[in-house]
Amino acid sequence: MREYFDIELDKLNNQLIEMGGLVEQAIKNTIGMIINGNSDGLEFAREHEERINTAEKIIQNHCIRLLLHQAPVAYDLRYVSSALKMITDLERIGDQAIDIAEMAQYIKDRTNVFNMTHISEMAKQSADMVTLAIDAFVKRDIELAKTVNRRDDIIDELFVKVKEETVEIIHSNKELGTEAIDLMMIAKYLERIGDHAVNVAEWVVFSITGNSKID
Amino acid sequence: MEKFAIDNMNLYYGKFHALKNVNLHMEQNKITAFIGPSGCGKSTLLKSLNRMNDLVEGCKITGEIKLDGEDIYGNMDVNILRKRVGMVFQKANPFPMSVYDNIAFGPRTHGIKNKKELDRIVEESLRDAAIWDELKDRLKKSALGLSGGQQQRLCIARALAIKPEVLLMDEATSALDPISTGKIEELCLKLKDNYTIIMVTHNMQQALRISDNTAFFLLGEMVEYNSTDAIFSAPQDKRTEEYITGRFG
Amino acid sequence: MADKSIKTDMNDEKEIRAINKVSFKQRMISYKRKPLSLLMLIIVAAAAAISAAALIFIMVYVLIRGIPNLTPDLFALNYNSDNVSCMPSIINTVVLTLFTLIIAVPFGVGAAIYLAEYAKKGNRLVKIIRTMAETLAGIPSIVYGLFGMLFFVYALNWGYSLLAGAFTLAIMVLPTIMRTTEEALITVPDSYREGSYGLGAGKLRTIIRIILPSAMPGILAGVILAVGRIVGETAALIYTYGSATGYAANPLSSGRSLAVHMYVLTNEGLHTNQAWGTAVVLLVLVFGINTLSAFIAKKLGNKKG
Repeated sequence: MREYFDIELDKLNNQLIEMGGLVEQAIKNTIGMIINGNSDGLEFAREHEERINTAEKIIQNHCIRLLLHQAPVAYDLRYVSSALKMITDLERIGDQAIDIAEMAQYIKDRTNVFNMTHISEMAKQSADMVTLAIDAFVKRDIELAKTVNRRDDIIDELFVKVKEETVEIIHSNKELGTEAIDLMMIAKYLERIGDHAVNVAEWVVFSITGNSKID
Repeated sequence: MEKFAIDNMNLYYGKFHALKNVNLHMEQNKITAFIGPSGCGKSTLLKSLNRMNDLVEGCKITGEIKLDGEDIYGNMDVNILRKRVGMVFQKANPFPMSVYDNIAFGPRTHGIKNKKELDRIVEESLRDAAIWDELKDRLKKSALGLSGGQQQRLCIARALAIKPEVLLMDEATSALDPISTGKIEELCLKLKDNYTIIMVTHNMQQALRISDNTAFFLLGEMVEYNSTDAIFSAPQDKRTEEYITGRFG
Repeated sequence: MADKSIKTDMNDEKEIRAINKVSFKQRMISYKRKPLSLLMLIIVAAAAAISAAALIFIMVYVLIRGIPNLTPDLFALNYNSDNVSCMPSIINTVVLTLFTLIIAVPFGVGAAIYLAEYAKKGNRLVKIIRTMAETLAGIPSIVYGLFGMLFFVYALNWGYSLLAGAFTLAIMVLPTIMRTTEEALITVPDSYREGSYGLGAGKLRTIIRIILPSAMPGILAGVILAVGRIVGETAALIYTYGSATGYAANPLSSGRSLAVHMYVLTNEGLHTNQAWGTAVVLLVLVFGINTLSAFIAKKLGNKKG
């Protein structure tokens, strides 16, 4: 029964996985730019942002069509509505990724001056969170989704450290002020990516349990 | 406040165990919907609430059903029970008489003879059923000449004319077009300020639109009972989920 | 307004060349493919024509033979051996019919109400009663006549009388009234009963206010059938009502109904012409009763529908 609807839901699932993949690639590219300082990533990031936006529009239309035609209830309703919410977070992650990529341009000559340990760790952690959240979605895994939430605390701690370091740099070397603030901004974006990843994980949990709270 | 309390209720048609240990407490001034596949016992349960099952031969009921704490299978007079618990049937069943006489039949049955009083009740009931404007000039015309949707609203008016406390609706819109259905749904929402409505419906969207609480039945068992929002957004039982998402059987 | 629109539609129809009309040619083509259905059509059409012809022939024959004999003398107030007036018989027939119905209808309808509304389904007694009623309905009327003579006329010592005749005929038409009434009650939709009970009406009120009015046309059809049998009956009456020629002034006096009158006239062979005239009167009487009943049924039906 409801074979057609099931096929449509499968299609939606694949679209979401695909969009998740694009976001993962975008963020990995950006991290590569921060850690390794490669400058050709910007073009790649822009192109990806475009594709992510398109994917969001397609999925959004698909969800609205399913809501209209199939009047889903119960799990189906939760799945379609979380998909609708989730893609907003994924799209925002894509936005942050390109913002970071642009910032990375400005600091790439200073990576030897700045202490990049914590920001690199942050980048890695946030990328991991996004991967985990998308994995949790693909595997319908509540436990995995919950680990995303726990990782957020690590990012928050790292963010505080980066902030302290930035303040120190500005205090000790006023010439590096602008770049230091750029670095700070990157940290902020990374922290935001973490938050969006948590949101995605929450939608995964909601779609499975009907309850959006992660303990 | 609790209106109907069904406890440990079992119902048999001869040897067939049609309702199995049902426990269900329904709130006053709320719309409660019974859903479930055909033959799950939901209509049977509904008909037990005003003892219409008494008319079915070989129907045996055990357990307890209380209306406002009073056992309806105890010392309560069945005609008084049916005055308190009105019913609207799946197929509109106006009597073969005029619109006026249809509405006045119930009040007359319960001893109202005064013409003015009857006039007032007829108008009020038709107004409550949102059909006064359509019928005020045809009160003396036969009720059988009305359209299906009008007939069903007439039957609702007829049920309202005896001032029941509870209104049972057995798939009351299943034979109607969407506009008539919409009118009756609106009517239910309006009526629930003064009445307790219990409805059986095959239309899950209808249960979603108008009911406050929903009970899901399967094979004579009440599987799940909860607020309608909870049932349709996050059902606790897998069978409920399968049924409402249309992946049943 | 609805009538008007229908009318205009009909007017328009003349101007429209409808393509969905089956032409004679098309019909022939399809019969060519299925000759059996053409054969069937011919057979049923012939059956209808022959039946109609037989009925029309009898009617016309009776009218041709009877109408010239409808003299004023035939309707003289009193019967004597010179002038075999049928006036007393007409009155007797009407009185007899009323008496019979007064006895038979309450019992017949009451019994039918019990069978249809009160008795449990599959009750053995009900089945027995039903079978008996069906058997009784098929018994030749002379058997009722003999029973009536032995029981009412002799055992109860009523003699040849209006009462004996009316009771005998009442027993005779009882099964008819019972069966038709029961059928009529059964065809009243259960939804009416549910609706009435659902409003807190008891069984008695439901039957009187809802079920009987709905069943009225059916019950009336039964009564019309009964009237037909009463008016047309001879065999059962000769031995119970007798064949006295005057008015049956009291319930214990004898009289003759129109049909008996005609039978006696024909039997004597002296007044064959008057017998034909009486036949026309009988025909008109039956036609009148049927029309009246149909009118009443329609009135009741109107009130209902």
